[in-house]
Amino acid sequence: MSFEPKIVAFLCNWCSYRGADLAGTSRMKCAPNVRPIRVMCSGRVEPDFVLKALEAGADGVLVLGCHPGDCHYLEGNYKTMRRIALLKKMLSQLGIEDERVRLEWVSASEGARFVSIVDDMTEQVRKLGPFSRRNGGSDG
Amino acid sequence: MAKLKVALYWAASCGGCEIAQLQIGDKILKLAEAADIVFWPVAIDVKYKDVEAMPDKSIDACLFNGAIRNSEQEHIARMLREKSKVMIAYGACAHEGGIPGLANFYNRDMIFDRAYIETQSTDNKDKVFPQTSYKVPEGELTIPEFYETVKTLSQTVDVDYIIPGCPPEEKTTWMALEALIEGKLPPKGTVITHNSRAVCDDCERKRDVKKITKIYRNYEIIPEPEVCLLEQGLLCQGIATRGGCDAPCPQANMPCTGCYGPVEGVIDQGAHFLSALASVIDSNDPEEIQKIIDDIPDPAGSFYRYSLPDSLLRGAIIK
Repeated sequence: MSFEPKIVAFLCNWCSYRGADLAGTSRMKCAPNVRPIRVMCSGRVEPDFVLKALEAGADGVLVLGCHPGDCHYLEGNYKTMRRIALLKKMLSQLGIEDERVRLEWVSASEGARFVSIVDDMTEQVRKLGPFSRRNGGSDG
Repeated sequence: MAKLKVALYWAASCGGCEIAQLQIGDKILKLAEAADIVFWPVAIDVKYKDVEAMPDKSIDACLFNGAIRNSEQEHIARMLREKSKVMIAYGACAHEGGIPGLANFYNRDMIFDRAYIETQSTDNKDKVFPQTSYKVPEGELTIPEFYETVKTLSQTVDVDYIIPGCPPEEKTTWMALEALIEGKLPPKGTVITHNSRAVCDDCERKRDVKKITKIYRNYEIIPEPEVCLLEQGLLCQGIATRGGCDAPCPQANMPCTGCYGPVEGVIDQGAHFLSALASVIDSNDPEEIQKIIDDIPDPAGSFYRYSLPDSLLRGAIIK
């Protein structure tokens, strides 16, 4: 059986989730690999959430928020910008490919952009293959 | 009242926890009054077979320090769990993997290559590596198996309490021992400290608005003596680390490195500090943010200094 990546996507309530909704109501076609989780703001996405998703079986994690300057809470997405940048540096030290975690800005009017990000991410992660964290003890 | 029976053991650790246990000073006499020490490899001559002969649950409490790196440590951890009513992870290594846990950035082959081939002082032309068993005329010699991955004690056996720290402070050790002696142990799973809030709560430095535009390594600046170290751009992890230690490091101008583990309710200490640190970086410009982050040479090693095996990912993925 071919590998179908599981991707967890954290979508902010005010922009990205609406963008995804727009893609749906506009009947746009999109890879079915994403499991969306709505959060009030991309700033709510703690780095633990990304790690927890990977630990729990996700092969990739998408974090989507409002474009810089558009945050409903003024600067939640700037915090995300800084956190994900630092998280990605740390993940590279832990041997996790850069493409597995991705931060993008999707506004409420960008249904098509949501679709293209999801499709692109799905293909990228498909190429990387499944993710599994280390086991304990003697087996690796 | 019958005397308690207490066992102490060390696994993958440096020996600092034994020093910390003696650090309680003359209170050790109170411990000796209340308890017989039935096993303590560093100080008394009791063999593994003597412990094996003890009935199950005949030891009241075992203070186990060190991470699980090899098969001997796992075997003894399991045996002591069987023999003990209460299993206490003593110190950062047993609690979260500790410094030996940093080996989880690598695997066994990489570590053996480094230790037995690459090190400058090593002369090993035939590439001889340690074998778990070896036949000699007198019979078979065996040594424990070195595992791929370092584990914490609680990833190996059921653990009842945790005494955190690298090493635990005297007052933390005594808090636990006193509770044990008086039969007033807290609910199972408790991390025993005087303060379950962050180290900042213990720290006397003045805190103001945290906004960092440059991150410094410890040797690069002499910090202001009374101002929060994180606000001065040093990677002080007190903000994401459990208190109860009285913040001795920040008081001595050294940033907290996180040895007391995560604050209550947090699973992944490193990610938690990362989150807090990134939040206070004072820039909204991606390039500038990257420049500030570039000044942190080793985020994973710094943020998970004591907790890599206990982190969500448990270590680096080695292809």
